[in-house]
Amino acid sequence: MDHSLDSYGDATASATRVTPGNALRPEDIAIQPERPSQAVARYAVRLGDDSLILSHRLSEWVSRAPELEEDVALGNIALDLLGHARSFLSYAGLAWGKTEDDLAYFREEEEFRSLHLVEQPNGHFGVTIARQLMVSIYQDLLYAGLTGSTDNTLAAISAKASKEVAYHRDHAVQWTLRLGLGTEESARRMRHALEILWPYVNELFLDEPLHDELGDAGVRPSALKAAWEREIAAVLEEAGLEVPQTRAALCKGRQGEHSEHLGYILAEMQVLARKHPGATW
Amino acid sequence: MAAQNDAGGHLSAVPSPEEQAGLERFNALIAEDSRIEPRDWMPEAYRKTLTRQISQHAHSEIIGMQPEANWITRAPSLKRKAILIAKVQDEAGHGLYLYSAAETLGTPREVLNEQLLSGKAKYSSIFNYPALSWADMGAIGWLVDGAAIANQVPLCRASYGPYGRAMVRICKEESFHQRQGFEILLELAHGTEAQKRMAQDAINRFYEPALMMFGPPDGDSPNSQQSMEWKIKRFSNDELRQRFVGMIAEQVKVLGLTLPDPELRFDEEAGRWVHKDLDWDEFKAVIAGNGPCNAQRLERRREAHENGAWVREAAAAYAAKKAQKAQVA
Amino acid sequence: MAQPVATSPTEEGQRHDGAAWPLWEVFVRSSRGLSHVHAGSLHAPDAEMALRNARDLYTRRNEGVSLWVVASEDIIASDPDAKGEFFESPQGKDYRHATYYKKSEGVKHL
Repeated sequence: MDHSLDSYGDATASATRVTPGNALRPEDIAIQPERPSQAVARYAVRLGDDSLILSHRLSEWVSRAPELEEDVALGNIALDLLGHARSFLSYAGLAWGKTEDDLAYFREEEEFRSLHLVEQPNGHFGVTIARQLMVSIYQDLLYAGLTGSTDNTLAAISAKASKEVAYHRDHAVQWTLRLGLGTEESARRMRHALEILWPYVNELFLDEPLHDELGDAGVRPSALKAAWEREIAAVLEEAGLEVPQTRAALCKGRQGEHSEHLGYILAEMQVLARKHPGATW
Repeated sequence: MAAQNDAGGHLSAVPSPEEQAGLERFNALIAEDSRIEPRDWMPEAYRKTLTRQISQHAHSEIIGMQPEANWITRAPSLKRKAILIAKVQDEAGHGLYLYSAAETLGTPREVLNEQLLSGKAKYSSIFNYPALSWADMGAIGWLVDGAAIANQVPLCRASYGPYGRAMVRICKEESFHQRQGFEILLELAHGTEAQKRMAQDAINRFYEPALMMFGPPDGDSPNSQQSMEWKIKRFSNDELRQRFVGMIAEQVKVLGLTLPDPELRFDEEAGRWVHKDLDWDEFKAVIAGNGPCNAQRLERRREAHENGAWVREAAAAYAAKKAQKAQVA
Repeated sequence: MAQPVATSPTEEGQRHDGAAWPLWEVFVRSSRGLSHVHAGSLHAPDAEMALRNARDLYTRRNEGVSLWVVASEDIIASDPDAKGEFFESPQGKDYRHATYYKKSEGVKHL
């Protein structure tokens, strides 16, 4: 069928010009000649898994958001995160002759390296926003640092991701303000959301021996902690909310010990691919 | 921008001089193939027909997100997952463009939404069928979006300006929807035996409902004639349907699969495609609410709307407080 | 002659949901050097969110480098019923256009 619309006199031409844009794509990374070191690959898996699982959670919102405009907004963030995950996993896979899909669909739960925080259920919109606020401030700081990585590919992926997560952060901040200062109910829900998620924050800043190996190719999580605490406290204060005093939960996601939720996420995510091993889609 | 409701609302038995002048100008614009814009005088029936059609179209986009959203978390590759999220997200966008166009006729979105949630408004019956396998993502893209595009391309020239403009944007964006669907099926058709079966099964289930998307046969489509005269519609249901079936009859050969229609052929004499009789009783039953997924689809919308109420209220309250502060300052 | 465009969604009495968000018009500049062009509308609780929703809704495919949002109710439009009077004057004044001047046709650089 001829989809060309030129014959219909497109009066809005200049407002609807579309281009794919040019940016680093996962497909390009998968075929690039440079291979990551073992340490960089293991690190990239951590970054990729966090984004993949959070993207999965956000994609669960599609067709369920509080307003249609927000459906589009959450979808955008899920897509950005999925893009980051694909880039990091594609790059990691180069070290072991594996594809992004090998890593996403055919690893076992204990082989995943995601943080407990990103595995937490969506809950109501306030819980999702609280989780977004925590993760996006973290990723904003992380990618800003990684843009200077001595590993060129990590630096390049992070440079693109950095701009995108800055927007995710803005989205989360805007909603935190509205929910914190909107109605009594929204403030109550937001306080509750922060409290139930706060125990998982500590894990974001745990260093591993891996970070010693990485040197300047990576960013030491503990180095982000002070800035993160300062920045989230400022947002919460502006939103009339308080930094929760809940205690840190013992989380070992980076060692493959996950929340109970991840098993279900993977069961769903991997079911079709595993039913047809070796198939292409 | 919303229409002005007061100027020339209802045609009373004896039209006022203003109404008469409005009608003459309206008819002249239609005759010269120009466009009607929101604040122009228009016959009440034109406004009603358009509001109904555009909002049904919008509802279809929004409800249509669900069968595909059902597979996002299970998409079998990360690339397919990204494509599917982008596509479902586009559908939300298309719903929004269309609600905007409908609002210019004077009915606010919340009223249109209520009509959907209460079951009063209709939407495309095809979305009341379940998406049972991954191949359905292919069949929906190829057949359902294909039929939608065949319907929509002529609507880019609809006489109502905002509708036509929304359709231009939508058609541009949808060109990728049909292709990605076709490519899903192409992969499956060249895959394992199980994948091939999955693809054929999906085509078998979606073929008839897709053909019915063009609406009842011309003889049984009471509103069509008026819509053609108003230049909202440019081709009849049957014309569009037979053109579409001709296209997919060729395309299915590329897939190496078949359409479940032994009667499908090109009638050289009549110069048109002939397909099997469609089950219009089923079509009516599904439209009336008896499809396999009607209840589920509406319940999902209601749930999202109700669960989101406190969020919308909070944002509105925040905006009001901010505005108040700005006034005081 | 000019009058505010009546935006029904924000009119009191039309609201069914106390939290219904008002309507905003979106204008997109597709690239530097071009004007902002009306792209469509959307709902948002306030201007800041309207801008963000516009970004998500109207620039998913690189359509823009700059966005404007304007509350629909703030737009002042000419009265369509007065179209005759309002836009009659330029009609017939073809001496405002270069094509009116035939005798100088063919003269270079003119």
